[in-house]
Amino acid sequence: MSEPLIVTSETTGKRWEVVVGLEVHAELATATKMFSGAPNSFGGEPNTLIDPVTLGLPGSLPVVNRRAVELGIRVGLALHCTVQRSTFARKNYFYPDMPKDYQISQYDEPLNVDGWLELPEGTRIGIERAHLEEDTGKSSHQGGDGRIHGAESSLVDYNRAGVPLIEIVGRPDLRSGDDARAYVSELRAILVAIGASDGKMEEGSLRVDANVSVRPEGFDQLGLRCEIKNVNSLRSLGRAIEYEARRQVDVIEAGERVRQETRHWDEEAGRTRAGRSKEQAEDYRYFLEPDLVVLDPPKDWIDEIGAELPALPAARRAALAGAAGVAPADVAIHVDRGLDELALASIGLGADPGRVLTHVEHDLAVDGAADLAPAHLAELVRMETAGALTATQAKSVLAEVVEKGESPAAVAAAHGFEAMDTGALEAAVEKVIAENPGDWAEYVDGDEKKRKKLAGAFMGKLMKATQGKADGKAAMALLEQRRASG
Amino acid sequence: VSTTTYAAAPPAGTALDIARAVASGDRSAREVVDTHLERIAEVDPELHAFNEVLAEQARDEADRIDRAVAAGDAVGPLAGVPVALKDNLCTRGVATTCSSRILEGWRPPYDATVVERLRAAGAITVGKTNLDEFAMGSSTENSAFGPTCNPHDTGRVPGGSSGGSAAAVAAGLAPIALGSDTGGSIRQPAALCGVVGVKPTYGRVSRYGLVAFASSLDQIGPFASTVADAASVLDVIAGHDARDSTSIPEEPASCAAALDAGVAGLRIGVVQELTGEGVEPAVVDAVRAAAAALEAAGAEIGEASVPATTYGVTAYYLIAPAEASSNLARYDGVRYGLRVDAATTGEMMTATRTAGFGAEVKRRIMLGTYALSAGYYDAYYGKALKVRTLIIRDFAAAYERFDLLLCPTSPTTAFRFGDRADPLAMYLNDVCTIPSNLSGDPAISVPFGADANGLPIGVQVLAPGLQEPSMFRAAAVLEGAVAR
Repeated sequence: MSEPLIVTSETTGKRWEVVVGLEVHAELATATKMFSGAPNSFGGEPNTLIDPVTLGLPGSLPVVNRRAVELGIRVGLALHCTVQRSTFARKNYFYPDMPKDYQISQYDEPLNVDGWLELPEGTRIGIERAHLEEDTGKSSHQGGDGRIHGAESSLVDYNRAGVPLIEIVGRPDLRSGDDARAYVSELRAILVAIGASDGKMEEGSLRVDANVSVRPEGFDQLGLRCEIKNVNSLRSLGRAIEYEARRQVDVIEAGERVRQETRHWDEEAGRTRAGRSKEQAEDYRYFLEPDLVVLDPPKDWIDEIGAELPALPAARRAALAGAAGVAPADVAIHVDRGLDELALASIGLGADPGRVLTHVEHDLAVDGAADLAPAHLAELVRMETAGALTATQAKSVLAEVVEKGESPAAVAAAHGFEAMDTGALEAAVEKVIAENPGDWAEYVDGDEKKRKKLAGAFMGKLMKATQGKADGKAAMALLEQRRASG
Repeated sequence: VSTTTYAAAPPAGTALDIARAVASGDRSAREVVDTHLERIAEVDPELHAFNEVLAEQARDEADRIDRAVAAGDAVGPLAGVPVALKDNLCTRGVATTCSSRILEGWRPPYDATVVERLRAAGAITVGKTNLDEFAMGSSTENSAFGPTCNPHDTGRVPGGSSGGSAAAVAAGLAPIALGSDTGGSIRQPAALCGVVGVKPTYGRVSRYGLVAFASSLDQIGPFASTVADAASVLDVIAGHDARDSTSIPEEPASCAAALDAGVAGLRIGVVQELTGEGVEPAVVDAVRAAAAALEAAGAEIGEASVPATTYGVTAYYLIAPAEASSNLARYDGVRYGLRVDAATTGEMMTATRTAGFGAEVKRRIMLGTYALSAGYYDAYYGKALKVRTLIIRDFAAAYERFDLLLCPTSPTTAFRFGDRADPLAMYLNDVCTIPSNLSGDPAISVPFGADANGLPIGVQVLAPGLQEPSMFRAAAVLEGAVAR
């Protein structure tokens, strides 16, 4: 885990620890909705992805989407949960974007319980439960400040209503905004890896609510918490948690009590604002959904889903890190981009691991990278390490290989790329020195800072003169050699 | 007070008579439909069994069936049979009101599964029948559109909530009808109107397209003037439906095929808890006479005890309102039906629901909301669920000794309008019917005699889940005993 966030009081010097638990809602990547055959997709014209069940028309009845259950079980297994016999309940409250004025959710018997998620650096964060439910529609309030209170009118789009959600409730095991970001980032990677969700926070298919509380450093008991909503990016999540922790410390140090309430993150103002007070706490009047039957997935089916589960990000990081001889955290980006198999296979073909990781990280954040043949990447790296291509050439060859699917050798040959032989390189270096006597004198006599700056200028001129064919590393060595020999 | 009697046998014969004649080409469906439409035009202004009569649509359907017969195409087992549908069953493009102001102007974009199945069988919908608003009541007095009269005595209620469907069959406006039964809403009006009414096993008939009152109790079933007609209709509408998750997957056994099997060797118990205190003597006598008739036909009769049924009404009036409070939340003025504008969305919802719901619906929403509230759930809703479990257990014990059970359908015959102004007195009407809804088991009400005023009495045969065929065997024997 990263360093715990400790808020130190400016007035008393007292140290406060921050405790965070996250509730993540992820839309499941099904073709149809949680309880009906209406399409589940993002961005349709308002109120086109609907049917009688979506609208909660009188007489319509929900039927559980088998695929949503399957994806829900995948999530549970990927988070090391126990998958169990579960039931659906109704959560009753009135809101215009909720067609039935109740939400079908899982309450006291959720599909998945008691799991954990391992952060890239190794800490395990407890998962209390991961349950299925349906999404609501979307209201847009016209006039006022965009909230329902004070609005002149409201428009409702039910396209999102009934979209299957999995709500993943994490235990309050996180201790900082950085932790929270790492957790969501890892959870998202898992959801994407197992095909359960597209994990797009910007489209709202992944939504995070943060329960934040503070307590004196060293205390075991949890303080009163606030639930922070409307956090739309990882960056906001970290900021919101840090802001909220300081606010709560200020409240307590001012001699007041933190009120248990829902607060909204205001990205522009950089602060949280109180929502409606929990004093008029909603009583959701949960009861068993009588229109549905018990959801008791057969053990065979759960085992089958488990057996087909793809490798998870943690295991993939470990595999690639092991092969490349680096720390798992160093290959997180390769796994996130889904290019770890490419890297692993290229290393397996004998390519230099460091060069492979560098190319994947810096040169392959492009469309079509996933289709790159490992043999081509391996070949490119081999040419590079053998001195047949400079780093600059390798980069442009790689881009073209990805684009055209041709072999690196063919692309390099077509461009006449080849590394200069030692004699030609020496001649080119001498020429640049001869043409810039002043700079050279300063280079030889200057301090390290000066030398670094001038080395850059020399290399630029050299590359220009050789049309990029010079091997930067070798040329640098020659420059130093010349300087040492006077 | 002088009242008129409109009770009549079906003017074109039973459903089975009609279907046979239409399918063979002996009679046209159009003629059958016209006969019933004429009878409706003549009688219904007085009775008010229908919220809407679908004359044009029915004639078109009849013509379609006649063309099919003429072309030699196969027609279904209910070809040309007029049917009346309780107005809480969704009909595509046709107003479905639940006899409530709040659904004003709403036309469903789809048909209920039972409506599809009836049409596929050749039945012709002649209209949508009146009910207590959202099926909450036992007299149709809670209809927003005014009550339906009992055809046997227009000064009296037809029972409810499916009073319109029961009256329609009793007055010969349609040979068959569908109703819904949450606590007796098919059987009690059947008894009060002197017709046959069936509540099938929960899950036997799809609820898709039935506007929900209490989802765990609601079940659709038929009304008919004969046991055989009721069996035929049930055979058509029963069966698995993927659109209702509580629908039973197993193929149903035919009820019609069981009718002639008799009751020889069947063990039938008279439920003591439901056949004594609070039941009118004439009704108790009818149950005893029914038991004697079954015994004469070869059944073994005994005394059965189902103790927990004593708490049935109490448990029901917590469970049903609790579910209703949630089911009826969607009538908020946002998407369909009535909307009463106000300054804010919340106030609009309140104004709409205040104007749109009648007193009894509001009472039950409040009861149910209270029963589910934090701090009261365990004492009310939770405890009611435990009683439900006990009732299921007690029935199971009784069915170890008996194949079927016998009891009254309603403790009284039809009462006068306004006679049950006290809601509690009205709720007690359901004492004999509610237990079957709580247990999920099937039950049938069969007309069996009349009281001193000539008002019909119904007796009720109860069976274990999915045992409709043996239930129909006993019903057929009782019907035969009345005829003699």
